[in-house]
Amino acid sequence: MAPRTCALCETAKAMLKRPKTGQQICRDCFFYVFETEVHNTITESKLFQRGDRVAIGASGGKDSTVLARVMKTLNERYDYGLELFLLSIDEGITGYRDDSLETVKRNQEQYDMPLKILSYDELYGWTMDAIVSQVGRKNNCTFCGVFRRQALDRGAAMLNVDHIVTGHNADDIAETVLMNIMRGDIARLGRCTAICTQGEDTIKRSKPFKYAYEKEIVMYAYFKKLDYFSTECIYSPDAYRGHARVFLKELEAARPSAIIDIIHSGEAFEVREEVKATQRVQQTCKRCGYMSSNDLCKACTLLEGLERGMAIAGITDRGRKQLEAQGPAPDNLRTIPLFKLPSANPTIAIETAS
Amino acid sequence: MTTISVKVEFSGGLELLFSNQRSHAVTIPSTDPTDSAPTNLQYLITYLRDNLLKERVELFVENETVRPGILVLVNDTDWELEGEGDYVLKDGDEIVFISTLHGG
Repeated sequence: MAPRTCALCETAKAMLKRPKTGQQICRDCFFYVFETEVHNTITESKLFQRGDRVAIGASGGKDSTVLARVMKTLNERYDYGLELFLLSIDEGITGYRDDSLETVKRNQEQYDMPLKILSYDELYGWTMDAIVSQVGRKNNCTFCGVFRRQALDRGAAMLNVDHIVTGHNADDIAETVLMNIMRGDIARLGRCTAICTQGEDTIKRSKPFKYAYEKEIVMYAYFKKLDYFSTECIYSPDAYRGHARVFLKELEAARPSAIIDIIHSGEAFEVREEVKATQRVQQTCKRCGYMSSNDLCKACTLLEGLERGMAIAGITDRGRKQLEAQGPAPDNLRTIPLFKLPSANPTIAIETAS
Repeated sequence: MTTISVKVEFSGGLELLFSNQRSHAVTIPSTDPTDSAPTNLQYLITYLRDNLLKERVELFVENETVRPGILVLVNDTDWELEGEGDYVLKDGDEIVFISTLHGG
């Protein structure tokens, strides 16, 4: 086949077919359109204000590595006036997270951004390795997911940032839409396509890559030779998401616009007021002050189960009842430090690039 | 039998299926022994599956082509612009397989 020229500049050789549009474009035009689309997403949704302190949730994987690079590029090119930080959560998974954190540490130097690493061990007194040794490999993803969400907010509060951005891409969001439909989780279906979520008691969280295809993120990382880490978690992967992911990739192979179309369908759903009314009111956890829909937040419930040797207490209602039957939580129970939203001044010293 | 040599690279986690080695030098016949047609990318994929793949074949090949979610580059160009499996290999080509299915 004769080489084709780029549909945009009409001079350089086309290197990539865009899944969203089918356009065939060259490397430099690809960088430009990819970055510009993210910029348009950011400005159209008015995600940031000048002077905002923004933490990039960084795992060392492809999405967050590309996000850090693109955020730095756009902040300089369009003079957003943002102060950018890297925030990583160390779940304590030997041979997985310790390796990926090495990547984040290199990113800190390459991008010249301050890095904060917060570990489960430091926050909860338990590493995922220790949790798995107690609960086995069946429910460990529940612990990890609940603990990570809260750890990101707590890390962000320590950095005193206004905003957390994560590398969730269009494929991730389309997958979540499908999963919520298949589970009948209408409450989550109603909010999973929002680009930005903010409760009264939480730090603003958003997804600048909401419309960015995974293929383009990977190509961006490849063409820019970005340093990222790609190994599956050594503990059981999220099987349900795995099925949704394979299904979505098959749809994409047949019709590449399927991903963006599913996101649009998700955005178009409107949850009826009667359905919304059945959803729990948010309150704050009586033990740690984090947002919760019960007296105790999920992380405190899970931690209490672990500490009292009944890990199942945080997973099932039956387990919870068994725990309650054993009496109230002992006074010397390990708990999570009190959660406070960011105040005027940073509460900790952050590591700076050396 | 004449042969051609190509450089094959695996990344994004795919290297784990190939002895945890990212880069491989592969020498293959210049024509497909079954039909004498010039060797194409489709032939290479089958060859890699039968000769280099160490485990979990279903994570690499599905319906005789790479599994959806694996990107293929021919000399740094998206294989979708090069005719995908029909691309006729040349001596010295660099073929990259990148999995996008691993966590971000």
